[in-house]
Amino acid sequence: MGGKAPLVTVEGLRVTAGGGRSVIVDDVSFSIARGEVVALIGESGSGKTTIALALMGYARAGCTIAGGRVRVGGVEPIGLAPAALARLRGRTVSYIAQSAAAAFNPAQRIMAQVVENALIHRLRSRAAAEARARALFRALALPDPDGVGALFPHQVSGGQLQRLMAAMALITDPALVILDEPTTALDVTTQIEVLRAFKRVVREQGTTALYVSHDLSVVAQMADRIIVLRDGVVQESAPAAQLLTAPAHPYTRSLLAAAAPAPRQAVALPAGAAPLLRVSGLVAGYGPPDARGLPAVPVLHDIAFSIAPGSVLGVVGESGCGKSTLAQVIAGLLPAARGSITLDGEALAPRAAGRTREQLRRVQIVFQMADMALNPAHSVRRILARPLQFYHGLRDAALARRVAALLDMVRLPQALADRLPAGLSGGQKQRLNLARALAAEPALILCDEVTSALDTVVGAAILDLLAELRRELGVAYLFISHDISTIRALCDQVMILYAGRCVERGGRQVMQMAPMHPYTDLLLSSVPELRPGWLDGMSATHLAEAAGGLTRAAARLACPFQPRCAVRLEDVCDRVPPPVQPLSKGASILCHRGEAELLRAQATAAPLHASAD
Amino acid sequence: MSPLARLLAARLASGVLTLLIVSLLVFLATEMLPGDVAQAVLGQSATPDAVAALRAAMHLDQPGWLRYLLWLRGLLTLDLGRSLVNGLPVASLIGSRLPNSLLLAGLTALVAVPVALLLGITAAVWRGTAYDRVVGVLTVSAVSVPEFLVATLAVLVFAVRLHWLPAMFYGLDLRSPGHMLLVFAMPVATLSFVVVAQIARMTRAALTNVLDSSYIEMAVLKGVRPLRLVLRHALPNALGPIVNAVALSVSFLLGGVIIVETIFNYPGLAKLMVDGVSTRDMPLVQACAMIFCAAYLLLVLLADLLAILANPRLRHP
Repeated sequence: MGGKAPLVTVEGLRVTAGGGRSVIVDDVSFSIARGEVVALIGESGSGKTTIALALMGYARAGCTIAGGRVRVGGVEPIGLAPAALARLRGRTVSYIAQSAAAAFNPAQRIMAQVVENALIHRLRSRAAAEARARALFRALALPDPDGVGALFPHQVSGGQLQRLMAAMALITDPALVILDEPTTALDVTTQIEVLRAFKRVVREQGTTALYVSHDLSVVAQMADRIIVLRDGVVQESAPAAQLLTAPAHPYTRSLLAAAAPAPRQAVALPAGAAPLLRVSGLVAGYGPPDARGLPAVPVLHDIAFSIAPGSVLGVVGESGCGKSTLAQVIAGLLPAARGSITLDGEALAPRAAGRTREQLRRVQIVFQMADMALNPAHSVRRILARPLQFYHGLRDAALARRVAALLDMVRLPQALADRLPAGLSGGQKQRLNLARALAAEPALILCDEVTSALDTVVGAAILDLLAELRRELGVAYLFISHDISTIRALCDQVMILYAGRCVERGGRQVMQMAPMHPYTDLLLSSVPELRPGWLDGMSATHLAEAAGGLTRAAARLACPFQPRCAVRLEDVCDRVPPPVQPLSKGASILCHRGEAELLRAQATAAPLHASAD
Repeated sequence: MSPLARLLAARLASGVLTLLIVSLLVFLATEMLPGDVAQAVLGQSATPDAVAALRAAMHLDQPGWLRYLLWLRGLLTLDLGRSLVNGLPVASLIGSRLPNSLLLAGLTALVAVPVALLLGITAAVWRGTAYDRVVGVLTVSAVSVPEFLVATLAVLVFAVRLHWLPAMFYGLDLRSPGHMLLVFAMPVATLSFVVVAQIARMTRAALTNVLDSSYIEMAVLKGVRPLRLVLRHALPNALGPIVNAVALSVSFLLGGVIIVETIFNYPGLAKLMVDGVSTRDMPLVQACAMIFCAAYLLLVLLADLLAILANPRLRHP
């Protein structure tokens, strides 16, 4: 990186927690040259955020910077007096946090928070700072750059907030910007726009940046150099292209492998078997029902599908598309307004309270937040014993045997049986949730984003376990995820939801075959690829579609995707409900456009995801 | 109508409804007390004719619901009836005491609320330090000690032993600050004891919650200094619970000061009500109960409205 002195040097950084009992960051050294974008990559608990915060002389509660030297542009933040630290923070080094929704103060208008940095560091007058902020809003491609500052954070979408936080960080023209997982909480189509905005601003202003992430594909688009961390220790540090194509360290190789999961072994299903679960004409939502019995805030519109015994139906869609609501309706937690749900030909009551114990036993649910679904005061044994007693009346020795068998089934050591959930890791907690569902011996398990809160490697192990349990026990899954690669890895059938409508449904293979519903096309091409040039090479069509986002007004249109769609028919798609249309590849889509038209549009617009599998 | 206006209107309407229910309960409770009021007023030697005449004059011969409506109309027109004991209008009896109660409550609030907020905020900012623990122990102790004990001890020490302060309340002279300080020192201090502790603890809890949030960490990383951090970033978000704690405590000051008024012989509303109960002066008791309930509801309502207005999600949906 030239003969110039680097902007940032870190030497032998060591951070401990719990009064020195555990080491979070151990002997980490690296440097960042001026104008360079360096990525810190690793799984949760690898110490990447801790290192980033140490560059600002900050340690979270319970952590202590125990040793090492950090220099940022001639200043050593570690051990600096509070007043000098306050001058460094936000001025020389600024920070973009993972969740903008949580990092914006709910009680202040956006503009006040964006310009605060410039004002407390006495860099600009309020008027000049606000003018600079508006210029940044424009550079970050925010809609309504002149009006957005007057809003409160809750009035703005997550993707916009993330860009507003970038403006907040850049307003002081800091020497170094730290981006801490800035797009992790976003949907893939939103992520594209935010990443592009970040990248453009970083390039134009020649910003030096430290990009913290767990996602190699995202980092591949942003970084000049990548540092791989594990358990607070640097594993490998190399230029981005080199690290991605020729990883030297085995851990880097395992990360790369987990980023593109292989499909799990498929199971041959008996042809023509009667469906286990059949859902038709399902309408559900929240709020008081109107005169026609329809909910005030409709979430699901006319959903129909069936699941064969022992098969896996994947439900994909971005946040707010109604996928979790679907699981809740099937579980009877949220009664449907219309439509029917049958289990083995037997109609299920809309509410769980109206179902028989046997019906309840046969459908189990596993939630995304493994933590919150476990009672922190109950031991593992007690958590597993409850469904065994309730559904099967087991007691004493039989109960103990079955608990032990369940722990074996989900590969949890028997020694954990008497622990409380707090003593388990994230992956172990999710295994326990799965074991609890299995305790009922269900025919169908509703898996609601069960791997989304886990690290890729841990999540991949859960996927393996699910595939294996299905082979051994013949249990069927309704597998909900926003992550297309997970869906591809596990599911036989896939259903894609957009604004509560099923826009495409078909077998796993057809999800990679053209033509597809325009939204499926956008969704698939929005999944970041490990290739460094992927983001810059996106087609203009997809970029325009990704930029739109779902608005409240659009959700009420006959086809909610119409305002974003590149092949929309004006005056048709927004008024006439699109028909369900079978495609020759074996899928059905909800669209006005014919197969030939879609094929032509998608062939010219985007040959990008042809390389996906 | 905007959602905010609708929310405020709904909150106001529920306040009025609650007050109506309270009036019904107060009326029923006093009705259920045993004994015939007319007989009690006229004494054992009264002739049946005289008792019947008085009953008619007091509408006691009419059905209960009608008497309730008559009483309710009286409340609305501030015609609270006459005392059964001395025949004076209840309104004027209350009128002579209410300012005293308001003065005591007001002075206590003036002393206690700022002290409590200061203690609560500083404890939250320096949470986990020795200072925080000392404040915690002191406030828990203050909440747990009954006020009659505090008052009695205060009298023993400052009046009986040291002769610094008068043991009993002996009249008001609003023009002399020295005199005010002397007579109000002990009642105000006793009442503040409990109130400060409650508000301080709630303030600390609410603020601690906010100080642990991501947006406060973000502000620290922007280089915001501690004072600005607390006043501009944290406090506005903790306002709802703090205002509620203040309202609850101040309403306690208005209604729950019977012990303090009795011990210091302070001529306030609570003491008037206690006297009314012991002499079976039902119109007086009813009116006092309604005033206490209304004051409580009004303060809680005010706190709710403030909390709603302080929430930008509700102000700007």
